Amino acid sequence: MLGGAFLTMSAIIEIDRLTHIYSPGTPFQIAALDSISLDIKKGVFLAIIGSTGSGKSTLIRHFNGLLRPTSGKVRVCGIDTADKKQRRNLWRSVGLVFQQPEQQLFEETVLADVAFGPRNMGLAEAEVKERAHEALRLVGINPQEAARMSPFHLSGGMRRKAAIAGVLALKPQVLILDEPTAGLDPQGKQQLMQHVENFRRREDATIILVTHDMEEVALLAEQVAVLNQGRLVMVGPPREIFSRVEELMAIGLDLPAAARLMHQLRLLGKRIRPGVLTADEAEEVIAGLLEEALC
Amino acid sequence: MKDVFIAAKDLTYIYRRGNAGGYKALSGINLTVKTGEFLVIIGSNGSGKSTLARHFNGMLKPSAGSITVAGMDTTSAENTWEIRRLVGMVFQNPDNQIVSSLVEEDAAFGAENLGLPPEEVKKRVAETLRLVGLTPYAGHAPHLLSGGQKQKLAIAGVLAMCPTCLVLDEPTSMLDPAGRMELMETLIHLNRDMQVTVVLVTHFMEEAVLADRVVVLSDGEIALSGPPAEIFTEIELLAELGLQLPTALKIAHGLRQRGFSLPLDILTIDDMLAYCKNVLVE
Repeated sequence: MLGGAFLTMSAIIEIDRLTHIYSPGTPFQIAALDSISLDIKKGVFLAIIGSTGSGKSTLIRHFNGLLRPTSGKVRVCGIDTADKKQRRNLWRSVGLVFQQPEQQLFEETVLADVAFGPRNMGLAEAEVKERAHEALRLVGINPQEAARMSPFHLSGGMRRKAAIAGVLALKPQVLILDEPTAGLDPQGKQQLMQHVENFRRREDATIILVTHDMEEVALLAEQVAVLNQGRLVMVGPPREIFSRVEELMAIGLDLPAAARLMHQLRLLGKRIRPGVLTADEAEEVIAGLLEEALC
Repeated sequence: MKDVFIAAKDLTYIYRRGNAGGYKALSGINLTVKTGEFLVIIGSNGSGKSTLARHFNGMLKPSAGSITVAGMDTTSAENTWEIRRLVGMVFQNPDNQIVSSLVEEDAAFGAENLGLPPEEVKKRVAETLRLVGLTPYAGHAPHLLSGGQKQKLAIAGVLAMCPTCLVLDEPTSMLDPAGRMELMETLIHLNRDMQVTVVLVTHFMEEAVLADRVVVLSDGEIALSGPPAEIFTEIELLAELGLQLPTALKIAHGLRQRGFSLPLDILTIDDMLAYCKNVLVE
């Protein structure tokens, strides 16, 4: 029992002084990541935020070995990502959903597309089918209908879901999503992230979300890592990160709207409890202030 | 009463007409865009927003009904060039719109294509780069710009053609918070100070509240149309359409339900702050 508890607390991704330099030794040399150290615990929902060019996409490409460190070390599920012989195991453990994944659909039907990954892993046909059906249900697509749907005749939101189902069917221990909700309508965003959360619960998977949407971070993340110019500048729970207002603003980031309002009220001299992130929480705080003032 | 710039009448559009899998994306749309207006179009994925926006410069032609731009019918080929000059389009992905290896050359591309003399192109590009705040980057390579700067470069290129109207299809959806803010400030500046007509397609309700008028599309039809203060009182209907209230309106709505009476013109976080300041400080 103790051993189990210990295991769930252990790091599934260990990053030790990771530095990545693009085009080293040329005039175009750019240090995209600069000595990053971070442990990501198994089963956690981590959001990575940072302005354009801060190194987010470079960092997540290290998690499945698409990039190898210029210096430093990255271990994922105990595998050193620099070890070429372990590549295949790494790809099986880590699912990476790129930006606009719907552009990567290629099969004739949605079902065939989702089944491609598990089949490619060499699983038995019954297992392939079961995994594809399960993944489709997780994102809210009926597997029977998916067998008849062409991915190219779907709306953007449906194609996005189909593409993500293709990665879920691999049952990765670590699921990395690079701006998965960009371009989706508010309801589509909410549903998609709910599916991701369901997958995490069910599989005890680790979720790493790269996003520009601070509301999403406030609602979903347990931990937030903030990058700026290739450096890791903050790590912590959202309530803590979003209380460091000036630092975030200085590196081109924003607060969730409710947190921004609370910050401005504090500047007016109002005493407001820390850690308010959502509209509901802000409503409660303002109701309290109004009652006080109107009494 | 401002002039009508774009007028859609019973506009219907069918994708892959007559083929299996063909479907109606727009159905009987009646809509006018007035000169100088800031119009926002919202609606869930697949509601027809992009299809409608692509009719505004003749990229798509109606399957039935009609659409005119500055009085010109978009279906007649002889109007195409003038319509494309009057209505500039900016799309979602900043990286797909760059054609040159220098910022000022990229901004000049459209104007050069109009066959203008080089001095005139140069003058216009200098002016439009200044308008969007990219003058310091004129000699830079575009790929070194941030996402927000790239979108502003796309806008500068379109502006150099001296359009009447800018149509932007989700221009902020791939930008970081600072880029999004920069771009919205640029659009508001162009609209208020330079009298550019702006049509903005977006999923961000925080952007919609800044418009003069909001049009809500659902299944290819106009579900609602009006100033943001009116549109965002239709809470249940918006939820049914897969849309949400911006945070400030959510808070205001919650407070009203608790029995506080708040003015109806609270749309943004700044409005809410001003209200609180008024009640709590003074």
